[in-house]
Order: sequence, then C-alpha cells, then structure tokens
Amino acid sequence: MRKNISFCLLALGLSFTTFSANAGDSTKLASKPILPDADNAGLKLPVGFGALKVADSVGRARHIAITDQGTIYVKLSRLVNGKGIVVLRDNDGDGRTEDKGAFGDFGGTGIAISGKWLYASSDQEVYRYALTPDGSLVNPMSPQKIVTGLINRRQHESKSIALDGKGNIYVNIGAFSNSCQEKDRQKGSMGMMPCPVLDSAGGIWKFDAEKSNQSYGDGKRYATGLRNVVGLDWNKQNNQLFVMQHGRDQLHDLFPDLYDQKTNAEKPAETMYAIKEGSNAGWPYVYYDPELKQKIVAPEYGGDGKKVSMDPAFQDPAIAFPAHMAPNALLFYTGNQFPAKYKNGAFVAFHGSWNRAPLPQEGYFVAFVPFENGKPTGQWEIFANGFAGAEVVTSTRVAQHRPCGLAQGPDGSLYVSDDSKGTIYRIMYNGK
Amino acid sequence: MKAARGLMMMGLLCFGLNGFSQTAKPITKSVMDNGKAVYLSRCLACHQVDGGGVPRLNAPLDGASAVIAADKAKLIRIVLKGYSDRVEIDGEYYSNNMAPHADLNNQQIADVLTYIRNSWSNKASAVTAAEVKALRAKLK
Repeated sequence: MRKNISFCLLALGLSFTTFSANAGDSTKLASKPILPDADNAGLKLPVGFGALKVADSVGRARHIAITDQGTIYVKLSRLVNGKGIVVLRDNDGDGRTEDKGAFGDFGGTGIAISGKWLYASSDQEVYRYALTPDGSLVNPMSPQKIVTGLINRRQHESKSIALDGKGNIYVNIGAFSNSCQEKDRQKGSMGMMPCPVLDSAGGIWKFDAEKSNQSYGDGKRYATGLRNVVGLDWNKQNNQLFVMQHGRDQLHDLFPDLYDQKTNAEKPAETMYAIKEGSNAGWPYVYYDPELKQKIVAPEYGGDGKKVSMDPAFQDPAIAFPAHMAPNALLFYTGNQFPAKYKNGAFVAFHGSWNRAPLPQEGYFVAFVPFENGKPTGQWEIFANGFAGAEVVTSTRVAQHRPCGLAQGPDGSLYVSDDSKGTIYRIMYNGK
Repeated sequence: MKAARGLMMMGLLCFGLNGFSQTAKPITKSVMDNGKAVYLSRCLACHQVDGGGVPRLNAPLDGASAVIAADKAKLIRIVLKGYSDRVEIDGEYYSNNMAPHADLNNQQIADVLTYIRNSWSNKASAVTAAEVKALRAKLK
C-alpha cells in the first residue's frame, strides 16, 4: 500500500514538472495551429467547424472541466486503476493530450471549476480540490468534503453540480423512481400522494460552496419536481440556474390502454427549465407533452393521456425537446471563437435514448439553442452529430460513442466527453 | 477416500448429463414464436430488440451468464419476483428496477425464457411450464 502511494506521488510530481516546463512557453503553444482530424473525429458539424479527438479510451468520461491553461479534468463514473478523475494535458500544443494522470478514489459524474477550486462529485458526496495558478492541484490526495450523505438508491444516482460564482453550489439529487409509483416500474401501479421521494430527491439542492461536511439539514431544496437532472449550468447573463430534465419512461409499458408504443416513443418531452428559488417542474404529477405543448396529468395520478394540468404550482419549460434523448450536459457558450449566433446560447449533450423501442433510438448528438438575455430565441438545432457511428440505432448498445459532458476551453473551443468509449472531442471553428 | 468420493461424484455427473441429453427435447418453432410474442410485449422496451439491454441501466440478456445458466431457478425467479438488487452482473452494475411478471401463466414464462435462452448468441436448454409451476409454488 505504502509503495503504491509513493509511486503515485512520484508520477504526479513528474507530470507537474513536465507541465510547468511548457506552461510558460506560450509562444510555442500559440505558434502551432491546431488542425482538426481528417474525418473531423467522425462528427457531422455545421460548415466552418472542425473536430479532433483530444484523447481516447480514458474511461467512462461523464462530465469535464477545463482550466484557463487548458488542462482537462474528466470525471469517471467507474474507477480505472482505482482512480476516478483523469487529468489530461497537451504539452506540445497540437491539441491532442499526451500527458495523462489520475487521482481521486471515487466514481461519479459531476465536475466543475469555480475560482481557484475544482469541484467533483461521487454519487453521495461533493468534494473540492484547490487549484494552483498553473491549473494543477495543490494536493490531489486530500480533497475537502463539501457535501455528504446524499441519497443514492441506484436509480438516477448522478450528483451533477453547478456553481454561481457567489459562494453557492447547486447539486442535482435525482429521484430514485421513474414516476413515484407505489411499485416502481410496475404495470398499472398508481402514484404515491404526496410523492415521498421529493423530500430528499427529485430536485436541486443548494449548499455553501466552501463549508465542509454539509448534508440535507445544512442545504436548501432550491427547486423540486425534477425527476432527474444530469445537465445543468449557471447562466451568467441573467444570473440564473438552467437545468435539463430527463422525462419519465415507460408510458406504454405501465399504461398500455392509454399509450401505444408509438406514443410512448414520442412522449413526454425532454425539458429545459429556467430555475428560480422554489421552482417546481411538476414531477411526478405531470409531464410535458411536446405535441400538445401542455403539462399533462401523469397516468399514475389520474391522467388519461390528454388531461391538462391546471395546477399553477408547476412551471412550464423554457424549451422542449423530443422524448427520451437523455440530456446529460448543458453549457452556456461564452466564448468568442464561434460565430456570433452561438454567443450566450446553450449547448445540450444528448446521451441518446433507450425507451423508444421498438422504434429506432434517437439522440446521441449535441444540440444548440440560441439565447438572448437568458431566454431561448428560436428553435433548437443539431450542432454535432455522428457520435453513434450508425445511421440507425436499433438498440442502445449499437451506439459507439455517447455524448455526456460539455466544457468550454480557454480559446472558446467546445469539448465533448463520451462515457461509452472514453473519447474526448474538441470542436473548433475554422471558418472565416 | 477423497479420491474415491471424487470419482463417485464424476460418475454421478456423467450419469446426470447422459440422462439429460436423452430427455432433452428439441425446441419447437411454436415455443419460440410464443416466447417471442411475450418478449415483444413484456421485455423489449428495456432489454431491446437484440437482447443487448441498455448499458448501465438495463441488464443485457444476450450472453448473460444468468440467462444461459444450467440452473434455471434463478432466471424463473427474476421473472416471477422482479429484480432490484444492487449487485454486479457479469462485471457491470445496472440502475433500473425490473418489475415482477407473475401475472404471466407458467407456459408463457417457460416459453419466453426458452426464447431468450435460444436467441441472439444464446444456446441453452428449454424451460418447462412444470419447472415454472414448481418454483412458483415454492416462492409462495
């Protein structure tokens, strides 16, 4: 054991040295143009954009964060050689990272940088590590535990995080249930009233970003009625939290008399919400129908597939997307590299569906939503596609790569992580 | 003494296998068709058209050790009782709960299990309605 630790320290020491040797050499980094891969890393992009694979096979790459120096931190959902966070550095300035380290003994999804701190979550806890001025870690062996004791009951276990830059951290606690049925995912089982899951999950909790060992009693349920949020981001234009909800599954399996398979494949919408303190998105009582553009009473709570909810407590989405595509990351683009229309707009990484069977699965792409003053101004569009590597995805496992995390590099490049094959993509604008 | 017991065990095992191969009946098309019909209505959504399941959410059936195992009791039990254990399955964890399907009759359960044991890359012996009936009685 002791041998292992000293070996780790040695490895970390070495990577710090190699990095700092190049960190000051900005002319060398700037002089080399970064070229996209000949096949744009297999992606289909709008005209003028190119892509490259920054790294491959890093593990189950969930969310990613990038320092001002371009160091990439990748949160893995499952440990690789006992480590749950991968750090990637590009020392020769060609855009591809050749220096790889790892630390952190916990698997999870969330990772974010705020000020001089790197925050990362397991499925129960949130930790933070102090960053050095060159984007390395002061002490990768001993993070500060910020939040602990969060519910993890297997289902919707990811604890995604976002920070407001004003000392607060927002943590998603997903519902450990599909639709709060008395018997989870059981045909015809009705919903519990009120839904007890909402006391400790199915929402966003707000904690102090600096205090140690906080749990439910120290935090605040900031927003509720959110089944599972994996993608969330703080919008700096209007200082507001935005979240992407994974809509409920299995309307047909559970209520076949009300929903046929085709209806199941298209309902309910995946939804984006502009969150205020006290927001309630209505799960499990209602879902948002993308076709009717209404909040519909869930069949577990007396709905018949058409009955519109008139409950004023439940908020409408800021924008709705097709069903089941699993939005796993949200990023407001603040860079200057991309054309002006992208500035302050939202990128959404869709992990891809499973609950559309027997119809083909959908998603597996990065979408873009134009925004102005913190509000969507138009329809969403597909920005980057081709991750799945197949024209038609007949079964989820057919998809080769699945977008899961998004980050913006210091030069305004967009990075996308894939938790299937562990590929990290970088998308750049080369058009003039 | 130990060696003798080992030999005896081997003898029993051979006898057992022999007996099995003599009584195993070929799986008929109608059993597979009936099994497929149950699969399409009850299993397809989560386990997918190719039995591949959904990575990290719903366990695969294609190539799964529990599906093709000689011991069929575990498999029958999962259909009757559902599954929500937090355990590693063939080196992987899956998040979603499986509901019980005890409302299916013994023949339907036997047929759908025979179907999944003999679809995609799977090749294993049939499950009989009598085996389902016996386990259903035991679990009550």
